[in-house]
Amino acid sequence: MAISPKDVETLARLARIQLSDEELRRFAGQLDEILSYVEKLKAAKTEGIPPTSHVLPLSNVFREDKLQPSLPTDEVLANAPLREGPFFKVPRVIDPTG
Amino acid sequence: MTLRQIQELYRQKKATPSEIAETFLRHIQQREPKIHAFAWFDAGQVREQAKELEKAGPSGGRPLWGIPVLVKDNICVRGTPTTCASKILSGFRPPYDATVVERLKKAGAILLGMANMDEFAFGSSCEHSCYGPTRNPWDVSRVPGGSSGGSAAAVAARMAPAALGSDTGGSIRQPASFCGVVGLKPTYGRISRYGLIAFASSLDQIGPITRTVEDAALLAQVMAGRDPRDSTCADLPVPDYAQSLQQPIHGLRLGFPKEYVSEGVDPQVRKAIEEALNLFRKLGATVREVSLPHTEYAVPTYYIVATAEASSNLARFDGVRFGHRAKSGSGSQTLQEMYTRSREEGFGPEAKRRITLGTFVLSSGYYDAYYAQALKVRTLIQQDFNRAFEQVDCLVTPTAPTPPFRLGEKLEDPLTMYLSDILTISINLAGVPALSLPCGFTPSGLPVGMQLIAKPFAEELLFRAGQAYQGATDWHQREPKL
Repeated sequence: MAISPKDVETLARLARIQLSDEELRRFAGQLDEILSYVEKLKAAKTEGIPPTSHVLPLSNVFREDKLQPSLPTDEVLANAPLREGPFFKVPRVIDPTG
Repeated sequence: MTLRQIQELYRQKKATPSEIAETFLRHIQQREPKIHAFAWFDAGQVREQAKELEKAGPSGGRPLWGIPVLVKDNICVRGTPTTCASKILSGFRPPYDATVVERLKKAGAILLGMANMDEFAFGSSCEHSCYGPTRNPWDVSRVPGGSSGGSAAAVAARMAPAALGSDTGGSIRQPASFCGVVGLKPTYGRISRYGLIAFASSLDQIGPITRTVEDAALLAQVMAGRDPRDSTCADLPVPDYAQSLQQPIHGLRLGFPKEYVSEGVDPQVRKAIEEALNLFRKLGATVREVSLPHTEYAVPTYYIVATAEASSNLARFDGVRFGHRAKSGSGSQTLQEMYTRSREEGFGPEAKRRITLGTFVLSSGYYDAYYAQALKVRTLIQQDFNRAFEQVDCLVTPTAPTPPFRLGEKLEDPLTMYLSDILTISINLAGVPALSLPCGFTPSGLPVGMQLIAKPFAEELLFRAGQAYQGATDWHQREPKL
């Protein structure tokens, strides 16, 4: 299949990454090459084969619902690019004019 | 110095933790400018830890008392910059320790600093780092391998006696092979991933990088075992690894997978492995050929599963809670713009490429053809290993198809770079443990590594076979000229 710079732009929008025109062009070519290589998976005979998303035979690992100390709020917030009091601060989410 | 040698010096009271720390600090000062293995380092903190340990004394129950250990830059150390060698995590100081770090500290280890790596562990050469590339101590024009390149190079250059790495598709074993040191990728679930910044959660494992198999066993012993904070960490007893090291390998059944000598494997690497197999025969093991028929599908399966999981895991880097946030230009910035621009500025090219690829294989219309198919092929790959381990105890293969390549050689050709993991990634897909150890040098003096693979939770067998091999060879004692 052929991946166009336009396709890469759509993927980048889904992944919330801005890419430059140069990156869109370069990645289109590289993804195309990688995907043509990956195509060979289609030849594998997988009828009746269950999928493996996880290698360990684990299910429903429970622990007691016990009160435990949480991370120190100040140390956590110290990493925030922008904070206000005990909150992470982000640009306005709701447009008041819209 | 190996960990055992350092412990012997302590036992005989011939050295103190401060003296040992000074030895490594001196090596770091001399060699780091050439190798560039560290992402972060503070000599003052190293000295402080050594002094505190001295004050407390070598009390019982602290198996790593006074042992310096370097930590890969994707394993959280409380209060210490932990950045995955990415600009998007610049300035991040975790508010908690990873479980493995907590266990190392409790065992009395001295943390030496943070090791350079490929950004978010995306790479096989340690060139994709926001701090610049690490170099191979055996030939500084060549790569140390990746992604745990800083960890392996530091151990090879004697700047650290041991280091932690993480392995998603070969990221401990391939750099260990390229740098002539030992690296263990434990069974998935053997060691807690709590505090390991996730790349591909169904494949990632933390493991030790050391000079000897014995030392790797010692570190694994401290780190392995159940952790309530990681529900994928198995609730199984941890055997006494030191004891298994002593056992002979007479009668051990070794298998050589025929698919692992494809035309892509360098003749010098092939020769070293054949010689290793001969030595194993002399030590009393039997060797037979086995088949892992789905090996050719491993790389494509891996690059679908791993990028899909990565694209999802890396969604958390959005400029809100930690790391880099893009400055708003003129006028106000929307939340959406803040996300997309922070991620544009924060991620390097390989991270962007993998996130895009992962988004593609998970997107509607392509999901079944790529991701769903890859999960089924993963089952086939796992079944290959199950069948092989009905016939043999342990598999022997090269770790990497070639000796270390030159810096820049594969940087602009991602597919060729991905193919350098061809002999290691099936192991992660199947979740089995594997150990890489030095098994020779090319005529030009570049290290060659051998990979031993066992069934899930049979790390003991790897240690036993590796220890027997190192007892009969001296590859691991060679030192790069620096």
